Amino acid sequence: MRWLRRNAVVIAGLLTLAYLILPNVIVMVFSFNKPNGRFNYEWQRFSTDAWSDPCGVADLCGSLGLSLQIAVWATIGATVLGTLIAFALARYRFRARSSVNTLIFLPMAMPEVVMAASLATLFLNMGIQFGFWTILIAHIMFCLSFVVTAVKARVMSMDPRLEQAAQDLYASPTQTFLKVTLPIAAPGIAAGALLSFALSFDDFIITNFNAGSTVTFPMFVWGSAQRGTPVQINVIGTAMFLIAVLCVLGGQLFTGRRKRS
Amino acid sequence: MTDLATTDSSGGDVRLTGISKTYGSFTAVQPLDLTVPAGSFFALLGASGCGKTTTLRMIAGLEEPTTGTVELAGKDVTALPPYKRPVNTVFQNYALFPHLDIYENVAFGLRRRGVRSVKKQVEEMLDLVQLGPLARRKPQQLSGGQQQRVAVARALINHPQVLLLDEPLGALDLKLRRQMQLELKRIQTEVGITFVHVTHDQEEAMTMADTVAVMNGGRVEQLGAPADLYENPGTTFVANFLGTSNLITAEIAETGGEHLLLTAGDAKLRLPAARCSASSARTGEKVLAGVRPEKVALAHADDAGSIPEGANRLPGRIKDASFIGVSTQYVIETPGAGELAVYEQNIERDGRLVPGAEVVLHWNPAHTFGLSADQDIAAGADVDEEAA
Repeated sequence: MRWLRRNAVVIAGLLTLAYLILPNVIVMVFSFNKPNGRFNYEWQRFSTDAWSDPCGVADLCGSLGLSLQIAVWATIGATVLGTLIAFALARYRFRARSSVNTLIFLPMAMPEVVMAASLATLFLNMGIQFGFWTILIAHIMFCLSFVVTAVKARVMSMDPRLEQAAQDLYASPTQTFLKVTLPIAAPGIAAGALLSFALSFDDFIITNFNAGSTVTFPMFVWGSAQRGTPVQINVIGTAMFLIAVLCVLGGQLFTGRRKRS
Repeated sequence: MTDLATTDSSGGDVRLTGISKTYGSFTAVQPLDLTVPAGSFFALLGASGCGKTTTLRMIAGLEEPTTGTVELAGKDVTALPPYKRPVNTVFQNYALFPHLDIYENVAFGLRRRGVRSVKKQVEEMLDLVQLGPLARRKPQQLSGGQQQRVAVARALINHPQVLLLDEPLGALDLKLRRQMQLELKRIQTEVGITFVHVTHDQEEAMTMADTVAVMNGGRVEQLGAPADLYENPGTTFVANFLGTSNLITAEIAETGGEHLLLTAGDAKLRLPAARCSASSARTGEKVLAGVRPEKVALAHADDAGSIPEGANRLPGRIKDASFIGVSTQYVIETPGAGELAVYEQNIERDGRLVPGAEVVLHWNPAHTFGLSADQDIAAGADVDEEAA
């Protein structure tokens, strides 16, 4: 009993962790399944067939490539625009400042399906062809909020005297921005960019409303789930998860080594 | 960056002409003229909000003056942005770059000016401030005193004509502050650069500076060497802000001769005419007679006969006595002049000098100074010294 009380925090932590990781583990395990029939819901027997042929299902790798492409461009667009907006909101007092603040916050607060439908209406009324560009525009729009929020927090907490110190030490405004402001804001910008990539890559609702006949990876998964779930989906999911984990580990190793040296 | 004014180690004059700063309807700095001679250690002293930091920032170029000009070594730099002025600043709380290590912080100014090989200079500078082994640490891994030394090194490595220090010791504890005061003074003597130091700590200003300008309400109240300001304050603010003063409202009874004869209640006081800064001193007018607490001696009322002839005397009763080691500080209630402070060295302590005892205060008339009576007698007395 006493042991339980002393380790309660650790036990609660481990249980929460298990709760978070369990779905990923299931996906991972079933990527080695060899199902009978079209649905990958029951464990049959171990096989690496799907891993040796991840593109074996028609259109899967095409949709994956498209999703990655959209995610990369949406991240770049949202990060650049969002960083600029964040600096403007944090640094300057202008007339529409508070309304812009609210506007930026809206996409995060609004139900996604409402935004998706209104965007689709807008594109339809303007007579714009649905496809890659409408998806990209929609993704940049909602990723923007997250970048602005992350970068603004960082810029607001920055001591304005650092930039004055840089100017005092012969740095021109451009040099001050590149050598002091940007490096200090970088963690916020990076956080915003990572969020954008993740949000764009797995967005389904908004994309589905504005894609036309274009099919992204989440849409492919959704579509195939009605007719059967190829094991390759689990393979891609597992691979994405592992890549993300590797990136985080690599990042921690890198910063850890820099701190020690 | 090649158009920087030439920088040599001899430092340059700073000349402010009619400089002022207003924010909307608030005037931070009244039009002021100030010349800081090359190679001197100059202190701007005043309470928070007196305009001293704004004045410093106008010299650095971080604040644009509303009127007036700033000249450095004979060159008008009013229109130059901060990064083109041959001055460097040690900021309050140091403003070290958190993303750069100590070495890169110190090298920052050299690199921005396109200096190729910075290694030797940076290492020399880090040795000067005794931080060589910590070159690869980040600022947040250093103690307050070490960060302060980095900030000084980062500014000095550029050999500015003028080094500006904005409350550089405010964040340090008392002992470290005393140590850094001596350290800064030593560095200044060594490099010979003009230092302009902003502080609210009167003791700091007096220990370090050759010349002190006391600022109040956006204007310079008085300017001079520390000892001169202390002995001959020109206004009640200076008298109360620099140390403690006893100010007694008195009426001029007699003029002519070396001394003015004053009456305060029943007491008669003498004031050297040369030390009276009141603009007019005619019979019947009021003046403030001042004397520093450490220059006043106490005699028990029974011993009043032994007081030297010709001394200024005031009878009173001890209200409070606090023993603080080197001296004992008394508060004396006097009928004619209110409460006065007296600091007595603890050499031969008179056991009868306890609260309630009747005493006579006496001092050499030469230690009396006179101030114009048309000012607030308590100005500068209750200024919160800890407010930055």
